[in-house]
Amino acid sequence: MDFDLNESQGMLQDSVRKLLSDKYGFENRKAYLASETGWSRDLWAQYADLGLLGLPFDEEDGGFGGGGEEVMIVAEQMGRHITLEPWLSTVVLGGGFLRHGAAADLRADMVAGVAGGGVLLAFAQQERQSRYDLHDVATTAKKDGASWVITGRKGMVLHGDTADHFIVTARISGNRRDKGGIGVFLVPAKAEGVAVRGFRQVDGSRAAEVEFSDARAEHALGTPEDGLALVDKVVDEAIAALAAEAIGAMDVVHAMTLDYMKTRQQFGKPIGSFQALQHKAADMLVAIEQSRSMAYFATMAARDPDAAERRRNMHAVKAQIGRSQRLVGQEAIQLHGGIAMTMEYAAGHYFKRLTVNEASFGDTDFHLRSLSDLGGLVQAA
Amino acid sequence: MELRFTDEERAFRQEVRDFLAAECPDATRQHMIAGKSPTKEMVVEWQRKLNKRGWAAPEWPKDHGGPGWTPAQKYIFREELQMWPAPSPLGFNINMCGPVIIEFGTPEQKARFLPRMLNLDDWWCQGFSEPGAGSDLAGLKTRAVRDGDHWVINGQKTWTTLAQHADWIFVLARTDPAAKKQEGISFFLVDMKTPGITVRPIVTIEGGHEVNEVFFDDVKVPLDHLVGQENKGWDCAKFLLGNERFGQARVGASRERIRRLKIIARETMDGDRPLIEDPEFRRQMTEMEIELKALEMTVMRVIANETKRAGTGKPDPATSVLKIKGTEIQQGVSELLMKAAGPYAWVDGDPDAEGTNEWDVAPDWAFGLAGVYFNWRKQSIYGGSNEIQRNIMAKAFLGL
Ligand SMILES: Cc1cc2nc3c(=O)[nH]c(=O)nc-3n(C[C@H](O)[C@H](O)[C@H](O)COP(=O)(O)OP(=O)(O)OC[C@H]3O[C@@H](n4cnc5c(N)ncnc54)[C@H](O)[C@@H]3O)c2cc1C
Repeated sequence: MDFDLNESQGMLQDSVRKLLSDKYGFENRKAYLASETGWSRDLWAQYADLGLLGLPFDEEDGGFGGGGEEVMIVAEQMGRHITLEPWLSTVVLGGGFLRHGAAADLRADMVAGVAGGGVLLAFAQQERQSRYDLHDVATTAKKDGASWVITGRKGMVLHGDTADHFIVTARISGNRRDKGGIGVFLVPAKAEGVAVRGFRQVDGSRAAEVEFSDARAEHALGTPEDGLALVDKVVDEAIAALAAEAIGAMDVVHAMTLDYMKTRQQFGKPIGSFQALQHKAADMLVAIEQSRSMAYFATMAARDPDAAERRRNMHAVKAQIGRSQRLVGQEAIQLHGGIAMTMEYAAGHYFKRLTVNEASFGDTDFHLRSLSDLGGLVQAA
Repeated sequence: MELRFTDEERAFRQEVRDFLAAECPDATRQHMIAGKSPTKEMVVEWQRKLNKRGWAAPEWPKDHGGPGWTPAQKYIFREELQMWPAPSPLGFNINMCGPVIIEFGTPEQKARFLPRMLNLDDWWCQGFSEPGAGSDLAGLKTRAVRDGDHWVINGQKTWTTLAQHADWIFVLARTDPAAKKQEGISFFLVDMKTPGITVRPIVTIEGGHEVNEVFFDDVKVPLDHLVGQENKGWDCAKFLLGNERFGQARVGASRERIRRLKIIARETMDGDRPLIEDPEFRRQMTEMEIELKALEMTVMRVIANETKRAGTGKPDPATSVLKIKGTEIQQGVSELLMKAAGPYAWVDGDPDAEGTNEWDVAPDWAFGLAGVYFNWRKQSIYGGSNEIQRNIMAKAFLGL
């Protein structure tokens, strides 16, 4: 195992770091947040120029052939700036479905658009009743000639309001909570019968509610009827990216807290001189370092060909990082005092993003429960 | 020792409940059940109803308009209000400034301000903290200089809760810069309409507007608006802060939130069973309930002790225990409520705003729960941060 970046990985990290340091200060972010789309189209074009949008796709499909390590490098940098662009939705989730589930001709068709920045994707999975269960699907898909007809309502669709295509989970057969009988479909946002209502989430990201009323899908992804395996695989890759993003965000908010502790004076000395606070800041570091290890582990584990093993490990990742980000977010606010409670100060925005990250694709309790139901990580014999 | 409520106390509890049922507007109650802070109008209307009934200031002595209740009655009253839920008597008036005037004020000040506080004819706000003086409150820089027949105040306060509603502000300002930190401070009553006062909103992380900056630029204050003795304002401040800590236990409020949480957890499906059947969720909820029960008994012990301490003018150091535990429980419950809502808590918007989730995307009850969780991080920061409470305990209890 080698934890050091190789030369091209180092270059990738430098280029993303440089772009975001230049263009993603707190004030820039505020402006992107306030813009009509809620994120920056201009930066999106620059991500495309840097190759970030084609990153995980095979070279023969028009991508850059990056693996989990490269995704992790980029996600961490994005976490450092709590970026708002639909990178996770389009490249990691959408891209994952294309890579693992699209037939060659469809892939050839879509990847160029995604990599070039012209095509945005969103994963329409959450339903009102589904909570964290990916297999809880009430939306239906019916075969009609060569295409499929989709009906149902999806909520909390990350970046659904700007997507060009939705990747939709829908039930082909069985009951609402059956693990079999689920299909994954590609539905153009402009298709007839698709209604989109956008809104902002508490962490600043855009999301949407999407209603499909007899909307037509020309493409099914993966094996119809056995879409859940594909969904699990792609979501696990997204969890690895979220893990790296969390590390970036935790690192920054921790550093911000330490800076503040060194400068803020009360009782005639820097508050960082109070041991009660030093210990809390040290505990934050312990949590972050454990999480950083788990983020590396996530990148390894996400590519495990044994799906059951992979799921188990990703539950562990999500639970550990979930706890850590809760602690780091809460303590960052506490150690700052009132100042971090204001919209004008960056720490609160990191805290909010960490809170949403923690519960994305299942909160800490959900993953802890799932892993313990599966017997944990260590086999008795 | 007699560890149970008497028949009279139980009857009193019923009397309070009957009053709430008859008098508390349902719109106010529903607004608060939804997790929103009551609006100014709701608070004013309710305070006046309480005042009419003689219940506006549970803790005040009878000769100043208090109801003359026993410690147990005070506790029962507050708990019932919080559990209903109905707005509590306005803290700035009834638990902060009023008691200071009763304890340290002149007969004229009492006659002029107390009745208007009771009836909420004047809404007060607390002008203590400054940008450079938070935990180290005595480090405050706002200056008051005597100039003939008035004081002139210059400086800045911050974090002033609901200053946008306020008619009056009570202010700590430095009157003797040469004296030791705590010894050169005085306590002033200032009309918010006085020329030279500017209020600027601060938006908190969930998007709400409850705090403000308040600037003082040559603000003239009549000489008789100083409370207690000149340069002895720190005594008033310490007295006030002890009362403030006490108020943060909010046992009834936490019980009301847990009740709400249970209803939500019963109605929310987690997979193929209601969330309340998830052993882990239930365990976390139960832990809160146990801690709350212990806190409730601790509050009663502190209240009982109050009678013995009366007249010492010093807050009970045990109030720090109430502050730490009370805020931890409230924050913990707000976190459980957000967790119960899961991703559906993420639709953005000021949790206090009217209107709920606009679409079917998420259940109405889930709206604002993340916002409340974010906002309630304040509880371990204000009223003397939980770290400062531990410092107080280390000094007052532990001999360290
Ligand atoms: C929402 C909100 C409403 C408020 N409303 C009002 C109001 O109406 N009126 C008013 O006057 N004030 C109000 N406050 C101010 C509040 O009282 C202060 O925020 C509080 O005193 C902490 O001060 P600070 O924010 O400057 O933090 P700081 O004092 O700078 O503290 C920063 C961190 O250092 C820690 N710390 C400081 N000193 C020590 C020490 N000696 N040992 C260990 N740790 C230490 C603190 O615990 C905290 O974690 C409000 C604050 C908030 C957030």
